[in-house]
Amino acid sequence: MSEKYKTVAYYPGCALEGTGHGYNRSTKAVGRKLGLDLIEIPNWNCCGAMEVKNIDPELQNYLSARNLAIVAEKMNVDTVMAPCNGCYHNLKKVEHDIAKKPKTQEVVDRLSQKAGHATYQAGEVETIHALDWIKEAIGEEGIRERVKNSLKGLKIANYYGCMYTRPRNIFPEKDQGEGSESTHNPHYMDDLLRAAGAEIVDYPLKTACCGGAHTLADSDTSTKLVLNLLQTAEDCGADVIATECPTCHSGLEMHQIRAEKEHGIKTSVKMLYFTQLLGLALGLSSRKLGIHENVSDASGLLKERGLA
Amino acid sequence: MNTLVEIESRLLEMRQVARQVSDGVAPQSPAAMTDELLNLAEQVMTHWLRGKGSVPTKAKKEGFRLLALQRQGSTGDPSFNACRESCRELIYYHNLVHLEPEHPQIQIRVGMARAVTQHLCLFIGGKMQDPELGDFCCSSRPLHTAA
Repeated sequence: MSEKYKTVAYYPGCALEGTGHGYNRSTKAVGRKLGLDLIEIPNWNCCGAMEVKNIDPELQNYLSARNLAIVAEKMNVDTVMAPCNGCYHNLKKVEHDIAKKPKTQEVVDRLSQKAGHATYQAGEVETIHALDWIKEAIGEEGIRERVKNSLKGLKIANYYGCMYTRPRNIFPEKDQGEGSESTHNPHYMDDLLRAAGAEIVDYPLKTACCGGAHTLADSDTSTKLVLNLLQTAEDCGADVIATECPTCHSGLEMHQIRAEKEHGIKTSVKMLYFTQLLGLALGLSSRKLGIHENVSDASGLLKERGLA
Repeated sequence: MNTLVEIESRLLEMRQVARQVSDGVAPQSPAAMTDELLNLAEQVMTHWLRGKGSVPTKAKKEGFRLLALQRQGSTGDPSFNACRESCRELIYYHNLVHLEPEHPQIQIRVGMARAVTQHLCLFIGGKMQDPELGDFCCSSRPLHTAA
């Protein structure tokens, strides 16, 4: 085990306390099982998500920076881990903007002073995703050694969504050659789940838009985009779509239902968070991993495969 | 040139055709199907560019007009880059099908080419109805426009 990310600050974000509760539960359970320590950021706030970014991107930067400032000032760690793609993206974005745009630093300084807390300076904290965390701290070999219940025979299409890799200029650590994550063809989830015994199918839509941000404003477009993602996963032979973002995950689940209702097209592929799949392989119960909290009911499939 | 609705409808038809490839009863060869898919993708791009008041380029990038059109579409509109990988995936499968027409996975390859073309059509079609699709999530328009 690498000591690098053994202890990290944990930023669950709002979705993991709501629709993505199973992701929160499974991330914590897998961390415990792997001997990794998560310390939740005290008094964290919303990262500004898409709603604030839409109206005022600098205000959104401030909201994200406040979380990083708490880690830098009050926690004895230098890394924050965000499992939600939206949160991860926004924390990386403010890091980028503070480093490159004097106006962002000025706004963050001014609002931090007004709110009465320390400001954030670029480089004080490193932001990572849950995938980076497990990949770097444990790695494929570490997963292989710990597998108690192999995912052998389970065919998985990994769906990374859009915000994990785009825009690529806010992820300077990616595309750095062998071993690093790729923004064109991300593979960390493939590496980890393959190490847990799963068969990873080629999935050409792994970073394609699911229409997540427009799921309420333009549901029909989102449903069609998701239906194509689901049908393509089935055409690839996948039993399961593994996700790493609560927005993508609930979008896939909800629009799977809506596609059947609105278009009469039923798809049977199941959605599970990658942490839930890893947890099953590590011998954790589906209850501990919050699989019962997913809308997509994978219990039959998991029982059939001897995984639950 | 086909309308977006016609393209979407043709892509749905091609889902069934792609499934007939390995039975040898498909009315088109796999290579002809991926050529048609590439052409449909170029038509989708053309709709987007014309809708934005641009004259679609006839140039090619890395040997493909689709990539030149995608580049043209994203100039001044970085959210359009959200479909760059789909264009590249389509070309990847197109090339595989042309290079290895007898490959045992030919049906899957044609099917994947069709799926990414459909994604392209839905994403761009969605953006033509709602231009902010992709602006405030993956492609972060504020980040790009401010930089």
